[in-house]
Formats: sequence, C-alpha cells, structure tokens
Amino acid sequence: MSRAAPPRARLQAQATLELRLLLRNGENLLVAFGIPAGLLVLFALVDVLPTADQPPVDFLLPGVLVAATMGSALVALAISTGFDRDYLVLKRLGTTPLRRRELVAAKIGAILAVQVIQVALMVGIAVALGWPVALPLRPLGGAAAVAALALGTAAFAGIGLALAGRLRATLTLALANTLFVLLLGGSGLFFPLDALPAGVRAVVGLLPSAALVELLRGALGPAPLLLTDWGVLAVWALGAPAVAARVFRWE
Amino acid sequence: MDDAIRVEGLVKRYGDVVAVDGVSFGVRAGTVLALLGPNGAGKTTTVECIEGYRTPDRGLVRVHGYDPVAEREHVVARLGVMLQGGGTWRGASPRELVRLFARFYADPHDPDELLARVGLSARAQARVRTLSGGEQQRLSLALALVGRPDVVILDEPTAGMDARARRLVWQLIEELREHGAAVLLTTHLTDEVERLADRVAIIDRGRLVALDDPAALLAGPAADRVRVLSPADVDAGALARALGGVPVVAEGRGRWLVHAGPEVIPAVTAWFAARGLPLSGVASVGLDDVLLRLTGEDP
Repeated sequence: MSRAAPPRARLQAQATLELRLLLRNGENLLVAFGIPAGLLVLFALVDVLPTADQPPVDFLLPGVLVAATMGSALVALAISTGFDRDYLVLKRLGTTPLRRRELVAAKIGAILAVQVIQVALMVGIAVALGWPVALPLRPLGGAAAVAALALGTAAFAGIGLALAGRLRATLTLALANTLFVLLLGGSGLFFPLDALPAGVRAVVGLLPSAALVELLRGALGPAPLLLTDWGVLAVWALGAPAVAARVFRWE
Repeated sequence: MDDAIRVEGLVKRYGDVVAVDGVSFGVRAGTVLALLGPNGAGKTTTVECIEGYRTPDRGLVRVHGYDPVAEREHVVARLGVMLQGGGTWRGASPRELVRLFARFYADPHDPDELLARVGLSARAQARVRTLSGGEQQRLSLALALVGRPDVVILDEPTAGMDARARRLVWQLIEELREHGAAVLLTTHLTDEVERLADRVAIIDRGRLVALDDPAALLAGPAADRVRVLSPADVDAGALARALGGVPVVAEGRGRWLVHAGPEVIPAVTAWFAARGLPLSGVASVGLDDVLLRLTGEDP
C-alpha cells in the first residue's frame, strides 16, 4: 500500500505553486517581463542603436527574446532556488514523497510556462510595433527559433542552478544579476557583433547569449544559421546543467 | 510488537567531532518518546539520521523496518516531520502550502480543516513572512500532519509559542498518540516531557544517559534530592545534623537542597516547626533537576 500520491500529481502540484510564486514576485516580473519589454519599446521608438541598416524592431526582437530567456531561466530561477535553499524549503521537501527529480522537473516546467508567456508578450509587442518590417521569414524559421531558445534555456538554467546550488542566496542574487548584465552586453542585442574587432568578436562569440542571439537573427531574418553558433550553444546547454548537477547542495 | 522507529548503536561524526556516540532507543506505535538534553547534545543529529538527511557512520536506523536513506520512498510516505524553523516559501500562504503538501499524499487531511485545528484559519491567506514565530511553528506542524503520518518527528515543536498555542499543540500530539502514531519529539522543556512523554531518552554529549518513563526517572536515584524553601535565616549545618548528617547545600536566597530522598520530608517539616521557623515549600525535585544531574551540569 502506498500512502504517497502518484508522481504526476506531485509534480503537477509542485509546478503549479512554483509558477504562482514566480509570477507573484515583483523582481521576477521586472527582470523577466519589464526589462525585455522596456528595451524593445524604447529602442524601437528611439532609433539610437547601430542596427546595421535594419528597421530597429526587426533588429531588436532576437536580442529581446534572449534577454527574456535569461531573465527567467537564469535570474529568476537562480534567485528563487537560492532562497528556497536558504529558507530550508528544499530540505523540508526532502522528507515528503516529492522526489528530487520531480522538484527539478517542476521548476523547469514552471520556467517553461513563464517563457511561453514571455515569447507571446514580446512577439505581440513587436507585431504592434510593425514587426516584421523588412524580414524575409524563412520556412521552418519558427521551429529553428524554438529549438535555439530551448537550448538557451537549458544553458541559462544550468548556470543559474550552479550558482544557486552552492552559494548563499544573497550572493547568488548579486552574481545572477551581474551575469545577466554581462551576458546581455555581450549578446549583440545592442549592436551587431560584427562591428567588434575580430579578436573580441571571437571571444564574445563563445558566450551562450551571443550564440543564441545570432541563431535567432538567422531563424527570424536574413542572417545565416551558423553551425558554430549551434555548436557553442549546445556545449553550454549540455555543460552548464552537468556542472550544476555536480555542485548542487540541497541544504 | 515491533518499534516504529528503531535506533541501534548510532554513531555520527562531523570531522573529528563525534556528534552522536552509540545511541540506541525505540519508539512504539501509539507512544510518545521525548529526546531531552542540553543544546549541542546530539538531539538534532539523531533526529536527522531518522529523517534520512544524514547517513549514520555506524549503527542502524529503521522506520517501520526501512532504511531512511536507502529506502527513502517507503519511509517518507508515512513520515511527518516538523523542522526547527524555516522550510516554507515566505511569499506563499499557509493555505497554498498545506494544499501543496496535501497533494503529495494519497489520503491527506482536508487542508482547511487542518488549518482550523492548528488555529490558523484567520491567517490562511496571509503571506508566510507576515506570520509570527508561533504561527509559523503551527503551520509547520500542519505540514507535518497533513499526510496522516504514523511516524511523527517534531523538533522543538513548541519553541516560540505562547501558553495557549502550546496547549493546542500538546493536545494535537496527544491525539496523534491516541490514533496510534509513533511520536518522537525533541525538547528542552521538562514540563512538555512530563505532560506528553511515555518515555524519555536523555542525551548528553552524544551519549544516551537515561532511557525510562518520566515517573521512573522521578522515582530513581537521580531524583534523590529534596528542595526546601524558606524566608527565614536557616542554619544549614544544624539542619544537616538533625537529618543524620546528609548534606544540605544552600542554592541561593531562601533555597536549600537536601541530598536525600523524599523520606526526609517529615523530619524537615518537624525541624522547622520545632524552631518556629516559616517553611514555604519542601518537595522532591522535578525533571529539571534530574536532567541537570544526569547531564553532569549539577553535582
């Protein structure tokens, strides 16, 4: 006789509460929705970025989707998990029938649900701003964009959980926000990466954020989809979660 | 009948420090065992080995015959745990949390009824961060009980509670026992032990120094002391001689400790009466004194 609920019921209950708590937190809403939407609206209306002869909204949407992905998968996930650990929530859950893999799956499920809302919101705002102005949308471009975003989510979530799984919550909070700014700055959101000197361009190109922006520019526009970008992103998508699994401490 | 919780020869080290050093006890269904001891005695480490948070270095821990680490899924389904503080999302409400935990179990209590039982109905929708310490403890108790566990481990369950909340929690623990649960609680409140415990395990510096029922401890050699209270200026030496030479030790203003059993009480009373001295109290010592004596903090 089992006194535990079935695994699916446990996972569903946990994912639902994780999602509610994510959407209830003001800082999460700011970094996951406010900042990306703000960047999109601001720079689409105020044409000050060197957008490589593209209409601003066409140029901006890929980078804004990456900012949104990092806001949820890296920043929000890292901070919420860090505080869960500090407040002994993970420890407390350890004596319930909820298993660790169910808890991880619930967190990922909640983040994916947030991302569906993020993508709908960003694309909706972009469309309202006239997107696509001058883009030849390629067949299967949407599928390539979803695949790239999925790899990016795995990479950013891995980085976030590696921080949250080992450091104190306040340190995780500071580092996650710093990484968000650095990865965003080096992503090519604000300027075409090809405007950088070749040496810097090569290093920046190894960032998961830069690879993801390049892939989205290719999937949602005329730029080529480069195998090197897929390669860089895949390495992060496999490597970061592996590191997180190794360093993570539950209490 | 087998013990619901069984601990045999448990040893747990942290580096060079031996936190638990060969502790053995059992808890039967329908009984309450209190783990009593000073801070740092090894109570929480012992409890965390039973909860499956720590792997014993030596010895054996079983919950209904299962190993809490290796056979976790068999243990957690029937185990209710109340941690010492923390363990909840501060942005969630008590109702959300109790409902979540209810959905982890096949036959849970009704969340709203349970919140009413622990006196949190009025605060069910509040954020956890706005709850008082005692309210958070009661929420923690509700989370421990929502899955109808038959093994319940409570780490300092009434810490930070006012007298009324404490009574409510004690009543809940008594109901658990009536329904056949095995309850293990850690505490350093001796009145809690006297009210609730069927058996007491006293731990000091990682070792078990006593395992008995509270009445037996109070009748045993460790309780062989009588405390005398008087506002008068008492000549302790004269009293000691009158009692046949047993030591009488001043404990501070108006308090003396006679190193003898309750059989000396009539003689003490008579000695005060013969001298016309006021006597405000004479009684055998309580569990507090027994604990202090057994844990070596009082000679």
